[in-house]
Amino acid sequence: MAPVAPRSGDAIFASVERVNSELFTLTYGAIVRQLLTDLEEVDEVNKQLDQMGYNIGVRLVDEFLAKSNVSRCVDFKETTEVIAKVGFKMFLGVTASVTNWDADGTSCSLILEDNPLVDFVELPDTCQGLYYCNIISGVIRGALEMVSMKTEVSWIRDMLRGDDVFELHVKLLKQVPEEYPYKDDE
Amino acid sequence: MQFFGGSEISPSPPLPTASGNNGHMMYVFNRNGICLLYREWNRPLHTLNAQQDHKLMFGLLFSLKSLTAKMDPTSVDKGNLGVPQLPGQGCSFHSFRTNTYKLSFMESPSGIKIILVTHPRTGDLRESLKYIYNLYVEYVVKNPLYTPGTPIRCELFDSTLDQYFRSHLIHMVELAKLMVAHHPSFPVTILITTATKPDNSTATDNQSRLIHHSCHHLPPPPSPDSTL
Repeated sequence: MAPVAPRSGDAIFASVERVNSELFTLTYGAIVRQLLTDLEEVDEVNKQLDQMGYNIGVRLVDEFLAKSNVSRCVDFKETTEVIAKVGFKMFLGVTASVTNWDADGTSCSLILEDNPLVDFVELPDTCQGLYYCNIISGVIRGALEMVSMKTEVSWIRDMLRGDDVFELHVKLLKQVPEEYPYKDDE
Repeated sequence: MQFFGGSEISPSPPLPTASGNNGHMMYVFNRNGICLLYREWNRPLHTLNAQQDHKLMFGLLFSLKSLTAKMDPTSVDKGNLGVPQLPGQGCSFHSFRTNTYKLSFMESPSGIKIILVTHPRTGDLRESLKYIYNLYVEYVVKNPLYTPGTPIRCELFDSTLDQYFRSHLIHMVELAKLMVAHHPSFPVTILITTATKPDNSTATDNQSRLIHHSCHHLPPPPSPDSTL
């Protein structure tokens, strides 16, 4: 029998080694700060953060799968639930909730009420267009791509912009079937 | 609180051995059919060049998987044979055994395939495969200088794998075989205790595990003076 996927990441969170959250938050802050200095344009920083997140996500998915014992999800709904309850808990120490499903079950919102990345952060006037946590959307996009789901992930609500929660919109574009990778004439 | 501590891998599951030097070969593939790693410990015969060999192995797994899914009597919604499946769709196999070897197979949802070819009498290796997947995460995926999707060049990973396969177990079993060879009537049982982590989180972890390796069922080797 396949092991039943855990419905909460608490046990895994308790068993993995952690770093001081302040160190983590400030390190992330330093990266964003440096990107703002280097790239100057806020839009470019958003893009770069998303790309960095993507690169993290394609690796993180293996760690997630190895430690969580999740073998497969039956549908996209279960996938998002696992991300919200297990994935976020494992790597950020918080959980998210999933809402706002559309009719055909291909897009939804992940609501984060608590986000350790934004402790100490206030957006100055010069950075109003900055999606400070854009790395998270990149991670989700990268990780899902590795399990053959092309997605589009974007921020809808952001506490740094005065909203009451963080809301990430995840839209499933396409599931990529597994093909035989070699050509016959190779 | 510890800073920058590498996460600890739980004690390695012992390789369930039936007899002798167990590991023959190991392959790691990704979804695109690229052989990320190939190791061999005991392979007397090579009939193909390495690239053909890897391709054939991947092709075998790929075809066998679609065949097993096609023959699944419990599921109704399956396409025609050979039609691309979504990852995770359909059933899959975890091992097959021939009279000369056993192949154990694990695939992660991210498309990483780990294959172990061992002695035909080897027991269930699923835990070992999972352990190897964990090693892969710790030594390969977490290495920031490793580019995902490229062949793995990581000495630490290689040596850890070698150690896992060639661990003390092999020597013990060899010794036992020697004893059985000289005293066929003398059953040998190897008891191995694996120490648990020092920071026991649960009470049941406190006891070290005992694994029995019985060697008395080995067939007696042919004696030198026997005539055929």
